[in-house]
Amino acid sequence: MSDAPRPPIESGVPDGFQFMHPVMRKNYGNWAYHEDPQPGVLKHVAHGGDVIYTVKCATQRILDVFTLRKLCDIGDEFADGHVHFTLRSNLEYMVAKEEQVQPLIDALEGAGFVVGGTRNSVTSLSHTQGWLHCDIPGTDASGVVKSMMDELIGEFKNWNMPNRVHMTTSCCQINCGGQGDIAINVQHTKPPKINHDLVGNVCERPSVVARCPVAAIRPAMVDGKPSLEVDEKKCICCGACFPPCPPMQINDAEHSKLAVWVGGNHSNARSKPTFQKLVAAGIPNNPPRWPEATAIVKKILKTYKNDAKDWERINDWIERIGWPRFFELTELPFTKFHIDNWRGARNSLNASTHIRF
Amino acid sequence: MAKYDTPMLDELENGPWPSFISGIKRLRDDHPDERINAVTNSLLGQLEHSYETRKGYWKGGTVSVFGYGAGIIPRFSEVADAFPESKEFHTLRIQPPAGNHYSTSSLRKLADSWEKHGSGLVTFHGQTGNIMFIGADTEHTQTFFDEINDFGWDLGGAGPDVRTTISCVGAARCEQSCLDEQKIHRVVTNNFQDDVHRPALPYKFKFKISGCGNDCQNAIERSDFAIIGTWRDDMKVDQEAFKGYLDTKGRQYIIDNVTSRCPTQALNINDDDTLAVDNRNCVRCMHCLNVMPKALSPGDDKGAAIAMGGKRTLKIGDLMGTVVVPFKALNSEDDYEELVELAEEVIDFWAENGLEHERCGEMIERIGLANFLEGIDIPVDPNMVNNPRQSSYVRMDTWDEEAEKWFERKAEA
Repeated sequence: MSDAPRPPIESGVPDGFQFMHPVMRKNYGNWAYHEDPQPGVLKHVAHGGDVIYTVKCATQRILDVFTLRKLCDIGDEFADGHVHFTLRSNLEYMVAKEEQVQPLIDALEGAGFVVGGTRNSVTSLSHTQGWLHCDIPGTDASGVVKSMMDELIGEFKNWNMPNRVHMTTSCCQINCGGQGDIAINVQHTKPPKINHDLVGNVCERPSVVARCPVAAIRPAMVDGKPSLEVDEKKCICCGACFPPCPPMQINDAEHSKLAVWVGGNHSNARSKPTFQKLVAAGIPNNPPRWPEATAIVKKILKTYKNDAKDWERINDWIERIGWPRFFELTELPFTKFHIDNWRGARNSLNASTHIRF
Repeated sequence: MAKYDTPMLDELENGPWPSFISGIKRLRDDHPDERINAVTNSLLGQLEHSYETRKGYWKGGTVSVFGYGAGIIPRFSEVADAFPESKEFHTLRIQPPAGNHYSTSSLRKLADSWEKHGSGLVTFHGQTGNIMFIGADTEHTQTFFDEINDFGWDLGGAGPDVRTTISCVGAARCEQSCLDEQKIHRVVTNNFQDDVHRPALPYKFKFKISGCGNDCQNAIERSDFAIIGTWRDDMKVDQEAFKGYLDTKGRQYIIDNVTSRCPTQALNINDDDTLAVDNRNCVRCMHCLNVMPKALSPGDDKGAAIAMGGKRTLKIGDLMGTVVVPFKALNSEDDYEELVELAEEVIDFWAENGLEHERCGEMIERIGLANFLEGIDIPVDPNMVNNPRQSSYVRMDTWDEEAEKWFERKAEA
């Protein structure tokens, strides 16, 4: 290139107002209340009487430009050309008139999108990159999500649940998918397999040693080469060494499994925010449809739907009924692995005679 | 072009939920640009190979645009011999507008630019909150960025730096919003653009903004600096609307789902069917407002509660953020300046004292909250703890001085 490089314009965060629906711009900070006229539809009313309707639809998250343009076409023809993406990659169309709502829903559903995900439904699974693009994935979150939502689509489109259900998947134990009412995450079960020919050249060894949460990695000479070794008795198979040192391969076609966690809740409503807790593990990482993981998720959802009270999130429900009842109702095994031994673990033990019979 | 067989991925075209595989195939089969046909064919080939072998085949590297050190997630294929057209498949992380608002014309413009330079695959948004343009070779990360940077889009964070911020829909469409999320998002994040683009911190640092305690942006658990809306005065009660809920939902429903669910028993139904609120004991959890949005609203004296140190699993386990500022009014320009100064103070202290690859929350855990507070010059406050210390094993020979500080602050207040 003969031209001088172009210096970047460090503009940072774009102003959201330029893209906002005019009714939202006009009533910014001045909304009075909302109603839920039907699943997938919100009606917000401003103090001055203005109204805005929102129609929420799910997409495949990994969008090709054809799909993105189709969503824009629908937004131009049936809505007012202004949209909002939710945290879970649902797309929300805002319209000013009630009579626009049903034609918009029809257009979205006619094009294969799914309208729903509001209030007490199972909304879209939030998920991570997986085999499509991540450098350390144990599975393909997009495929897991597609497979699960094919079976849970009725719960997305309807208000059958006691309260909203947020589900997440993550492709490694770093868990960038985050906390969920139900989370489906990779759980490795064997220590990394080390390619000692490569470690010395590829990895910054002190950083890798420092990365291990249980100090199980130490520098070593192997076959005359500087490398790293893992104390396999200490190793918790978390995979934290793999990102800084790719020759320490943690992913294994057979031994990288899936685990299911429940009760993560970010909201402060009722109780303080909670972390998710382990309920099932050893689930095969079984592409392309992961039926074993979906079966466990459906069983938990069914039990929650039947047993929880209105407005109880999964963590609220389990807090009321207790963990023994949870394992009894879901017919999941309770094992020694459910008993925490990480830092602060004793706080999770029952130091009382509060026991349900 | 010979298409790779994808028998396992084909299974993901069945079923009613929108299929990402069908989308990638549309790019392979129907896009007018042969480059995109070839790249997405190769991508599908590699992805099928991953499905068959249950392994990922991307590795990282170093790619950035001129003038920046962050914002591109480099991906080089480890199986490029078999799938050469997608051998470089980098992602550009682009900062979203505050509140994730878009016009269809802005999305079309991005799509037009992206298909000129990249694969045609995009996600709104990644887990941190960036728009992710997935799949460009090294040369085209620069050309695509140059093109969209000219019309107002900037790269986000990656690596040990200030990361991209997200904020909720907020005051734009939510009656529960207690903040001007648009303003906070831009004032705070744009102050740190140098730290977004040039990684020089111990590890990542995230801001997230939720307009109320429902925290729909997951700020407490997923950000180092969580700004969450709340209010100090009394919540507003529209007694007529409350009676409306009693009439339509029934008294028992309101008892079961509102008053008895209040975590501090701050709600009661009076004999005359009005609602009594014990505002001094209300913790602004949002539950009753969620159930009865027409009857209950936040008060007028709104501001932010700020929690610090939330993070995910690496390395010491999950941590929620801790309340460091129970209430920060955000009315004047000076208030916003103080908010930015606080964030600068925290990042500076952590940059100075954090270990390599140590999140702010992990540093707080290592040095103790009291030392962190001293470092950022914030006085202790009982709102920061669930309960005071339980262990007597602590040295307290400066007790009198510390107690005096408390009384002095009380006298000033």
